[in-house]
Amino acid sequence: MSIIAEHANILLILACCFGLFMAWGVGANDVANAMGTSVGSKAITIKQAIVIAMIFEFAGAYLAGGDVTATIRKGIIDPAMLSDTPELLVYGMMSALLAAGTWLLIASLLGWPVSTTHSIVGAIVGFAVVGISVDAVNWSKVSTIVASWVVSPVLAGALSFALFKSVQKLILNTENPYKNAKKFIPGYIFLVGFMIAMVTLTKGLKHTDITLSFSDSIGIALLGGIATMLLGFVLISRVNHNPELEEQARFANVERIFAVLMIFTACSMAFAHGSNDVANAIGPLAAIISVINSGGEILQKSVLPIWVLALGGGGIVLGLATYGFKVIATIGRKITHLTPSRGFAAEMGAAATVVIASGTGLPISTTHTLVGAVLGVGLARGISALNMRMIRTIFASWVITLPAGAGLAIMFFFMFKGIFG
Amino acid sequence: MAKGKFFTELFGRSPVEPIQTHISICHDCATQLLPFVQAVYRDNWEEASKIQTSIVKLENEADDLQMSIRIHLPKSLFMPVPRSDLLDLLGTQDRIANRAKDIAGIMLGRQMAIPKQLQKPIVDYLKRSLAASAQAVKVIEELDELVGTGFAGREIKLMEKMITKLNGIESETDKIEIDIRSALFEIEKDLAPVDVMFLYKVIEWIGDLADIAQHVGQRLQLLLAR
Repeated sequence: MSIIAEHANILLILACCFGLFMAWGVGANDVANAMGTSVGSKAITIKQAIVIAMIFEFAGAYLAGGDVTATIRKGIIDPAMLSDTPELLVYGMMSALLAAGTWLLIASLLGWPVSTTHSIVGAIVGFAVVGISVDAVNWSKVSTIVASWVVSPVLAGALSFALFKSVQKLILNTENPYKNAKKFIPGYIFLVGFMIAMVTLTKGLKHTDITLSFSDSIGIALLGGIATMLLGFVLISRVNHNPELEEQARFANVERIFAVLMIFTACSMAFAHGSNDVANAIGPLAAIISVINSGGEILQKSVLPIWVLALGGGGIVLGLATYGFKVIATIGRKITHLTPSRGFAAEMGAAATVVIASGTGLPISTTHTLVGAVLGVGLARGISALNMRMIRTIFASWVITLPAGAGLAIMFFFMFKGIFG
Repeated sequence: MAKGKFFTELFGRSPVEPIQTHISICHDCATQLLPFVQAVYRDNWEEASKIQTSIVKLENEADDLQMSIRIHLPKSLFMPVPRSDLLDLLGTQDRIANRAKDIAGIMLGRQMAIPKQLQKPIVDYLKRSLAASAQAVKVIEELDELVGTGFAGREIKLMEKMITKLNGIESETDKIEIDIRSALFEIEKDLAPVDVMFLYKVIEWIGDLADIAQHVGQRLQLLLAR
């Protein structure tokens, strides 16, 4: 306890720095994948993607990021084991942040795609097992999390498959696709609006004093969905049927209406991503802050300070603005055969899955979920060529990331222990 | 940066456009036979030789493209259509250019003289075969709409109609071939025997152009049936 009192300020500053560094990393690397399908299918420009991401990542982080943050902060480690030595939790979480951030940097330089979520969870489990004890880890929670890493791409794939099949049946495989597009796409827009509103209302209002019953939430969410649908109608009406485009590709005009839909799914994807990945940066930070502020007491019931969520969201936006621009540009240039109808199915499936995971407090990898979603569309024969070698790459990155994150965290943990006692 | 690269590499190169370009080149190669035959009729061997050179050039282009497509179609690519089916289709398309090269080669090499009575029928026959080839190109051009709809039932029906039309053209060429062969049979005693045999060969090969085009349609039907 005295260690914490002695070094409170410097520990706090270090923690905030590492947390910001981590959040910046999430923004710079991750967000590009979240927005990649929208930019690649030419539904939105890069600048529009950045603006959407900035607004909705922050909103997702702030309004819906609480549960996943709570899991990372106090769900993985059993705090009772640390009541005598709370400074170990502080060292541990700091090393987790530093380890994950370092691993992201190394992976970026080497060109490997690693998951920020896997890095942080691996790091936390790592320092807990070695630095404290094997029993310090809440293994049932950890196994639930690992299970969700397998389930989320599969679920996203199933959702995307179903969505694309419905698009085929209702729009693409009909006699007048253009007419049916104008008829049914507002329905999809309604679904997007409803989903975001539901998540915000059921999870986001915990910060405020407003409590709503479930039926109230559904009612307001329905209104929210209708409002987005009306906005969708306005944007769709601006799309004029251009017969010249159809000489090149028969569905060119239909895809232009899907592009309107993709604006909304891009927002939902940014929101979903913010809600799940902000926790990677600020979960550990919040744990450190609560221990330091309570003078060394590890409280189970401590509330997440609002400014921490804002710091995380802000860090993500900063990373996006500085480096994410470049990454999205690369993706946008290289994905050429993804049309908005596919992009929508993949993105919506992924966003829905991520949002469900955030609602249940499970930290998952948005990148892997999106890959699962894209594969789902591919299985529905919607994409002309998918590189299955990427699946092997995912498994390889799994195998490397968890031990690497753990190893680095253990190293930093003993380093901090040595410095601060 | 790593994540970005990863995601873009998830989407493999679609083979549809290169396959469409390939059959276009093969058809262009075959259509050169019309001016070639006209030059042969006028005994303008210099002109014929020039055209034959361009036919060979186009056939080589088609071969190069076929090889390049094969290389860029790794086993790890997941497509809505089996890889082997696409490669078979490509191989069938390529035979159109090969046949055209064969016809030009033999006619030029032997400085073939076509009997006056057969000249117009052969040109008409060639035109009809090329029409089959053109219809095959149309069918292949429809492939990106097929992928675009995700193999929707409607689009499949449309393609089946186009393939039926292709089969119709090929049947026509079969009938024309019979007529030309009987016409040749009437006059063959008055011509040098070796020349006659090669004339029959050339007639057979012109029919092949339509046959191969029909096979392209058949391969596509197999693709659609899966």
